[in-house]
Amino acid sequence: MRVPEVAEYARSLPNVVYVEDNLYACSEEGLSSIKEQIAKQHLNRVVVASCTPRTHEPLFKEACEEAGLNKYLFEFVNIREHCSWIHMHDSAGATEKAKELVRMGVAKACYLEPQEEFESEVFPAALVIGGGVAGMTAALSLAGQGIQVHLVEREKELGGLIRSVRTLFPAQQDTEDLLGPLVERVRSHPQITTYVGSEAETVDGFIGDFDVSIATDGQTKELKVGTVIVATGAQELKPIALYGYSRLPNVVTQLEFEEKFKEGADTPRNVVMINCVGARIPERTYCGRFCCTTAIKNAIWLKEQDPEASVHVLQRDVMAYGVDIEEFYRRAMELGVRFVRYDIENPPQIMGEERAEAVKVYHQLMGRQVVLPTDLVVLTTPLVSREDNERLSKMLKVPLGSEGFFLEAHLKLRPIEFATDGVYVCGSARYPSDIRESVSQAYAAAAKAAIPIRDGFVRAEAITAFCSERTCTACGNCVEVCPFGAIELQEGRFGETAHVNVAQCKGCGCCVAACPSGAMQQRGFDDRQLFGMISALAEEMTSGTGRQ
Amino acid sequence: MSNQSVLVIGGGIAGIQASIDLANMGFQVYLVERTPSIGGRMAQLDKTFPTNDCSMCILAPKMIECAGHEKVHLLTYSEVAEVRGEAGDFQVTVRRKPRYVDLDKCTGCGDCVEKCPRRVPSEFNLGLDRRKAIYLPFAQAVPRKVTIDAESCLYLVKGRCRVCEETCQAGAIDFEQQEELLELEVGAIVVATGFDPYDPASLTEYGYGEIENVITGLEYERLICASGPTEGHLQRPSDGKVPRVIAFIQCVGSRDVNYKPYCSSVCCMHATKEAILANEHYPDLKSFILYTDLRAVGKQFQEYIIRAREEYDVNYIRSRPGKITVDERSGNPVVWYDETVFSEAGDPVRRVTSMGVDLVVLCQALVPRGVHPEMEEKLGLELDECGFLAIPDQLVRPVDTTVAGIFACGFCQSPQDIPDSVVQASAAAARVAELLIFQE
Repeated sequence: MRVPEVAEYARSLPNVVYVEDNLYACSEEGLSSIKEQIAKQHLNRVVVASCTPRTHEPLFKEACEEAGLNKYLFEFVNIREHCSWIHMHDSAGATEKAKELVRMGVAKACYLEPQEEFESEVFPAALVIGGGVAGMTAALSLAGQGIQVHLVEREKELGGLIRSVRTLFPAQQDTEDLLGPLVERVRSHPQITTYVGSEAETVDGFIGDFDVSIATDGQTKELKVGTVIVATGAQELKPIALYGYSRLPNVVTQLEFEEKFKEGADTPRNVVMINCVGARIPERTYCGRFCCTTAIKNAIWLKEQDPEASVHVLQRDVMAYGVDIEEFYRRAMELGVRFVRYDIENPPQIMGEERAEAVKVYHQLMGRQVVLPTDLVVLTTPLVSREDNERLSKMLKVPLGSEGFFLEAHLKLRPIEFATDGVYVCGSARYPSDIRESVSQAYAAAAKAAIPIRDGFVRAEAITAFCSERTCTACGNCVEVCPFGAIELQEGRFGETAHVNVAQCKGCGCCVAACPSGAMQQRGFDDRQLFGMISALAEEMTSGTGRQ
Repeated sequence: MSNQSVLVIGGGIAGIQASIDLANMGFQVYLVERTPSIGGRMAQLDKTFPTNDCSMCILAPKMIECAGHEKVHLLTYSEVAEVRGEAGDFQVTVRRKPRYVDLDKCTGCGDCVEKCPRRVPSEFNLGLDRRKAIYLPFAQAVPRKVTIDAESCLYLVKGRCRVCEETCQAGAIDFEQQEELLELEVGAIVVATGFDPYDPASLTEYGYGEIENVITGLEYERLICASGPTEGHLQRPSDGKVPRVIAFIQCVGSRDVNYKPYCSSVCCMHATKEAILANEHYPDLKSFILYTDLRAVGKQFQEYIIRAREEYDVNYIRSRPGKITVDERSGNPVVWYDETVFSEAGDPVRRVTSMGVDLVVLCQALVPRGVHPEMEEKLGLELDECGFLAIPDQLVRPVDTTVAGIFACGFCQSPQDIPDSVVQASAAAARVAELLIFQE
């Protein structure tokens, strides 16, 4: 796109007194130039045409505020995504479109008004949903920061998925050695209230002020929290119909294998593990991240029990990332665990009718089929999302991504936050994570969930709806459509009219669209502003100078 | 009462995130960065996997948020010289190297840079182009203040020039500036010193430094970056031509007991991203990625690889090349590797083969930067055999080091990508808060 041409065009627009073309408007230099020009030119509106408001709008608004201009007098035009990216191969078209968008932005800016942000208090307590390792760690960290925590676990016991795990990577430490003290610390912490055999039935409200009801054995307890952490984990995929699972008695999953030997049964002589069962396939494309680690761990354990045992791990890639897992992998090979690569086009076959007698696999290095006699086949399957995620996602108004895992605010830089303020996620509820990773995420979520509570208040963006009582006919459409329960009909000076609770309004605009009388308006998106933009676009179109 | 200040060592994405979180929690933060600007390695990347977000575009707001936070005290071009004390009460000496520029006066206008007669290789662009002796490391640098590099400044080396001083209208040049030692008292320390790329020259079989068109992954990032030395035109070093075929070689120096035994965790993905970007820039360009195991374990990573294969002509070959030679006629690098082929009877045969390409990108091991040796000796801060900060109880306290009150996040404690580093940074902030909060 030809930026100088867009800048030159902007200069010609009504009410524009100053234009500059800065390669990096978001750099320190760009921002200080904005501040400087606000003072120098006595600017009362600022329009930036650059990249995305999602990451950059707060920065520019902040700069305006610092220069003494109310930050709601700032307008953002996204010409990166909307022009240069999407019309990458049409520079002339992108340039024209950018001009139009800038013209519309300027037209809207003329009608912007200064706004006050609504400040609301944050209730000094947090809710953690899920009492696995991640949830318990998050609860302990929050409590360790002096915050009251309510920890809800669906099962009768704390511990989550790893209760079924026998030993832990990397030290083959007994799970109970980790879990026992952790549960004890949670149980004895005066700042943590634990609800086992319980579910968070409803969570209503917004950051700082969530109303929660927790159901335990048919009884409901109501409480209030300021922030919420989702740590509901995930579950092991049961690979029904794959490799004879559920039909042949000696074909089990890794977790079933661990449970089986938790009690100290005799270990089998010949074991074949098959990795990537139900993962990295067209129907379920993702990698389970730590399933390879689990297979390596269990293979090593078998060799430690019986050095003569024959243990084969059939794999597609060994995901031994980092320092320790790689070392673990090397150790398994040293102990004599055989890793055999198989191809997805040519998967292993189970031989045997009543039970798995052997596994036939095409050995890539040897270039032929090999038959591995086996006493036990262990299928390494990924974690899959919990069915309950759907309900939680609706209740907390946070999105799910592909495969039903929770979707974070930004994959790269906001991995444990949601786009919805005050709600955070950690552990395998977001994506399969091993214990170290889940625990790191739990601490991180605790940091984020503690910040608003420590501050004691939050500011809501002033893009909320408001009702012109004079025009409102009290039809109640807005009350119906509001997803946040922010609108009520109230008796006032003009009889019964709609009334918006600013603290609850998220600025979605549904009520504005539903209002038949035009009484409902939204700050920053009111009729004058939007019609101003449309007129600005239409004007040039009809005069024939713009793009048709 | 323990001190409510925190020292963060390292101004990359992990250090920046830890600083922001700690400052938002109300702690006074001293962020020490050894180079003139915060931003770290992430600032050198073009895009990030698997979203293809422009790295600088998502990093710059964080840099500015961090530097602009009233609770963050930025100490760039500085190093930790000494640490004494214990959790809740550390005494830290920070050495501020002279920049020969008054930070309060410099406006970052760049007039001096233009006039400076001395050119030296740019560290930020890995020597692919040159900067001046007085310089801003990159356009979005924070703070936006110039620095005089004492080793190449004509006046400081030879005693003549001072052109920058004459040019500067703000009177910011100060050749009298001396090294300063700052004494800080902090309650806790967060180490986030990140990594250095491993120099692949020691793997002589790959000819790095000898064969012109063999470059490293990080060099490639600068070449394909729109704000890099070639403005994003992928020009190979020998003749400036755009390559048509690129080979990426994985595990260069990593997963190799002769060099670095560990897996650097991010290379399979950054190579995939780099190959995607090449094809995005030049739709006829074809890439080969020669890998050991294709470790794509993060969220949306497998899907990214599928897209690379199906839409961007990225071809994966499972092999570890033995050597790189030069084709005498074309001057192109030739990659020698072994692969499985099938005989007429359908039997697989393992054979050594070669591939002539226009450019080879070595995805080298990434090596932790560690800490000041004195922190190891005097405080007992331990590193593991590979140089990563040792974490004694990984399952319960994954960011706690061997010294109480000192926490480690990001690549300096284990190989990891950006989201994991950001997570650990926030985790470190939580651990600091747990330590200091009841001692107010």
